[in-house]
Amino acid sequence: MAKTIIPFGPQHPVLPEPIHLSLTVEDEIVTQAVPALGYVHRGLEKLCDIRDYHHMIQVVERVCGICSKIHAMCYCHGLEEMMQVEVPPRAKYLRTIWSELHRVHSHLLWLGLFADGFGFEALFYQLWKIRERVMDINEATTGNRVIVSVNVMGGVRKDLSLEQIRWILSELELVESELKALESTILDDYTVKERTVGKGMLTKEQAYDLGAAGPTLRGSGIAQDCRQLNYAAFSDLEFEPVVEYDGDSYARSKVRYRETLQSIDLVRQALHKLPDGEINVKVKGNPEGEGVARVEQPRGELFYYFKGNGTKHLERLRIRTPTFANIPPLAAMLPGIELADVPVVVLSIDPCISCTER
Amino acid sequence: MNMLSKFLQTSRIKSPWVLHFDCGSCNGCDIETLAVLTPVYDVERFGIINVGNPKHADVFLVTGTVNHRNKKVLKNLYDQMPQPRAVIAIGACGLSGGVFRDAPNVVGGVDKVIPVDVYVPGCPPKPEAIIDGVVKALELFAAKS
Repeated sequence: MAKTIIPFGPQHPVLPEPIHLSLTVEDEIVTQAVPALGYVHRGLEKLCDIRDYHHMIQVVERVCGICSKIHAMCYCHGLEEMMQVEVPPRAKYLRTIWSELHRVHSHLLWLGLFADGFGFEALFYQLWKIRERVMDINEATTGNRVIVSVNVMGGVRKDLSLEQIRWILSELELVESELKALESTILDDYTVKERTVGKGMLTKEQAYDLGAAGPTLRGSGIAQDCRQLNYAAFSDLEFEPVVEYDGDSYARSKVRYRETLQSIDLVRQALHKLPDGEINVKVKGNPEGEGVARVEQPRGELFYYFKGNGTKHLERLRIRTPTFANIPPLAAMLPGIELADVPVVVLSIDPCISCTER
Repeated sequence: MNMLSKFLQTSRIKSPWVLHFDCGSCNGCDIETLAVLTPVYDVERFGIINVGNPKHADVFLVTGTVNHRNKKVLKNLYDQMPQPRAVIAIGACGLSGGVFRDAPNVVGGVDKVIPVDVYVPGCPPKPEAIIDGVVKALELFAAKS
């Protein structure tokens, strides 16, 4: 059988974002996959030349709309460490709460899109219905559904009242019970298993060598989670990285399902332990020298590099996002699978192209 | 107006099919556009269906800034859509380039490349605002045909 090259993307029904893959197929089997990027590249790292380091928070929030809070937290956390700013404990807890809420909504969004990717639309609808509760929490506490914009240098912009805390706890109760009611469908359903088990295999060695990150790494049996670095309030909260050992699309979706429940638990712990006090401190001076920050995004490890020169503009800002790390593993997963499984496998790394290209 | 064109116009207004293209957005507007299709907002009850093929679509939802690479894709998709068609630019980036307007690889709003009928502001706009934008586009349909 002769080789055929099939273009996949940039505009494709299963992909909410533009990425192009040139798939070489023999019969129905993919033998090679070459990704082409650049459809979302905006060049926003360069904006630090014209926006000062406070205004850059609004720009980095828009690197990715799904995990905007976590990008801003990473940026602030890195610069605060560079400038030796002591963030008040209440602000650290509030940052943790919102970032974990973002993880819940991101994972629910992904589980839904994944179900839609293999044609299980009822599950997609159910999961997005649950997700709306988290979006309501975001909107009620910060004023916006997606880009919550709560981080400022030296703390956070918004506080939670006792009444809001009670309401969040009761809403999370509902999110958890509704999600658990779907557990048997997400994990044991015949359709789900047929489409995901054994598809897109990534062994532990491959995951390590190719530098996979986040659920893609943990789905292959490596227990690495940047939250173990104890930024924000994670040092006071109890959690264990979620690990699965099969290394296929099913294992990765299982990791994300279990992480959603774990994040709900983390929010609950943080809300119970929330200390009193200030929510931000004034930051004086300008960043100087070099610094890095690493945090755990829903998709994996997020890395920021800063270089300051004593002026209000950063000299260099470099963002390395988890999907960038997960593209080589994806290129390794695709050869050998059937063409019909390509959307499922591509989705299984939870690609966030706007993060990757910035 | 003969019977066939009247029938076509009614179907187009009562059941518009939308094509969504992420033209370099941060995903914020995209997930809100998708949220419009899910149970809480559920526009499918009005006959609005999200399709993947531009040749089937009446309404084109575009989110995000245009850059030098995806402007060709955007133009290509627009050209494939049958007449009459409506284009809705969603979010601050789609309107003007938004927070990224000064970035080196950004051309600007969607209207730099294709004509836009309805602008939905917000960063990101709420799902209600997107539904409102689609309704406005349907009014234009009624006027156009």
